[in-house]
Amino acid sequence: MTAILEVSGLVAGYGAAPVLHGLDFAVPQGGVATILGANGAGKTTTLRAVSGLIRPAGEIRFAGERIDRLSTEDIARRGIAHVPDGRGTFVHLSVEENLRLGAYTRRDPAGVARDFERVFALFPVLQERRRQQAGTLSGGEQQMLAISRALMLRPRLLLMDEPSFGLAPLIVREIFRIMRAINAEEGVAILLVEQNAGLALELASQAYLLETGRVVVAGSADALGADDAVRRSYLGY
Amino acid sequence: MEAFLHQVLSGLATGGIYAIVALALVMIYQATHLVNFAQGEMAMFSTYLAWTMIDAGLPYWGAFAGTVALSFALGIAIERIVIRPVGNAPVLAVVIVFIGLLVILNSVAGWIYTYTIKSFPSPFPGGSVLGGYLSRHELGVMGVTLGVLLLLFLFFRFTPLGLAMRAAAQNPVSSRLVGIRVGWMLALGWGLAAAIGAVAGMMVAPIVFLDPNMMAGILLYGFAGALLGGIDNPAGAVAGGLAVGVLENLSGAYLVGTELKLTVALVLIVGVLVVRPSGLFGRVLVNRV
Ligand SMILES: Nc1ncnc2c1ncn2[C@@H]1O[C@H](COP(=O)(O)OP(=O)(O)OP(=O)(O)O)[C@@H](O)[C@H]1O
Ligand SMILES: [Mg+2]
Repeated sequence: MTAILEVSGLVAGYGAAPVLHGLDFAVPQGGVATILGANGAGKTTTLRAVSGLIRPAGEIRFAGERIDRLSTEDIARRGIAHVPDGRGTFVHLSVEENLRLGAYTRRDPAGVARDFERVFALFPVLQERRRQQAGTLSGGEQQMLAISRALMLRPRLLLMDEPSFGLAPLIVREIFRIMRAINAEEGVAILLVEQNAGLALELASQAYLLETGRVVVAGSADALGADDAVRRSYLGY
Repeated sequence: MEAFLHQVLSGLATGGIYAIVALALVMIYQATHLVNFAQGEMAMFSTYLAWTMIDAGLPYWGAFAGTVALSFALGIAIERIVIRPVGNAPVLAVVIVFIGLLVILNSVAGWIYTYTIKSFPSPFPGGSVLGGYLSRHELGVMGVTLGVLLLLFLFFRFTPLGLAMRAAAQNPVSSRLVGIRVGWMLALGWGLAAAIGAVAGMMVAPIVFLDPNMMAGILLYGFAGALLGGIDNPAGAVAGGLAVGVLENLSGAYLVGTELKLTVALVLIVGVLVVRPSGLFGRVLVNRV
């Protein structure tokens, strides 16, 4: 398996004391990996380190290139789209402006126009609300907008931070269905951080269990789903 | 009645200048949540640059364009060299930097050009229009104000760069995640603020004459306009600036005379702020998480 994202010895945090103590993980080319863990385990911190929002130590390679010294802007320009926790909506701007910003770095107007059609096909509700102020969308609609904004970048890797957070089960299933489609049909690799371990393990091929900043179990998603500790703590059966 | 109309119209003309200054303040406020106290001195310094160019024989509009461009570059330089290093410093430290900038620009202008008052030309012919209600200069100032407002509106509304600047001011983290170079957007904001401040300086200098302290009162009125309209709302700031201009003229003519008109304007503004702290058109946050 070749990896699009390879992380080794990742140490990162917010002040003197690190939150992550040397993580190793990888996302397969065109595949889906998931990081599971309890509240405060360091999942969000991991994604922030990958996209350069905090300065990490250790090595992060994207498509073979070291990115751990690059700025967030440059990491995004290389094709990593990060859907942050809380969704990162530009609440005062319209739905359409949010999408336009997703494509900010692109210089192919025709491709951008096609991608508008594509995300409107995936989420028709966004087309109906394209002139609406994004802050007035429902939580589910904002999550759809966040995913669409990320897709407008034409990413090769999508970082998703708890897309199921605060959403009704029906919407969660819809969002996971679309992530699966994006991955299968367009080969966009996904690194998914989730509390909803059942759904995440269904979607992913690789899985990592994070506890207080350390990977304690790593393996195929099937193996993690069968692991007793994982089942007891995160799957509840 | 005719005198009243005259006061209102010429109030709108000076109000236009306050509106531009208010807009410059809003531009930097939106990105930094701080009021740039040095905005007036930056505009004053730009006006001296224009005076130098005109003095050297450049035609007025050539000097005008050159000054706007040079001020834009200087605004960017100020952000990069002076403001950026204190980006993460406490608010008070940044305020002190603003005040330092104010003092430095003021004394450098005094040192180079002396504190003697200079006259500054108007590009518009003398005399009045509309049966004497309005001088040609005032009418021209109105036109220039409208032009500046329209250009800024088109820029922020319809260009990708304008959209990116609005995004960077609202949500820097999400902006970086879509690849916007937020640091440069801030610098660009300073450049624009300096450029439109230069326009305000050049428009007001023929009225108040050019000296290193010429913008002190104007900045105060512009600030009052921005507060009145809502300092996070560009359209509100413009309306606020115009309102302050009219208010200033009317209270000067009918209430208290020219000596106290500033006081009346400020009292009214404080009154509004007590009732509506976010200004008349301040943004009521619509947000869902
Ligand atoms: N901005 C911050 N400043 C300081 N400490 C932080 C910051 N953000 C997170 N932390 C700390 O880092 C640790 C890991 O937080 P992180 O947000 O990565 O956890 P998480 O696994 O995403 O949790 P959750 O499932 O609740 O989102 C926590 O102890 C948290 O308190
Ligand atoms: Mg988190």
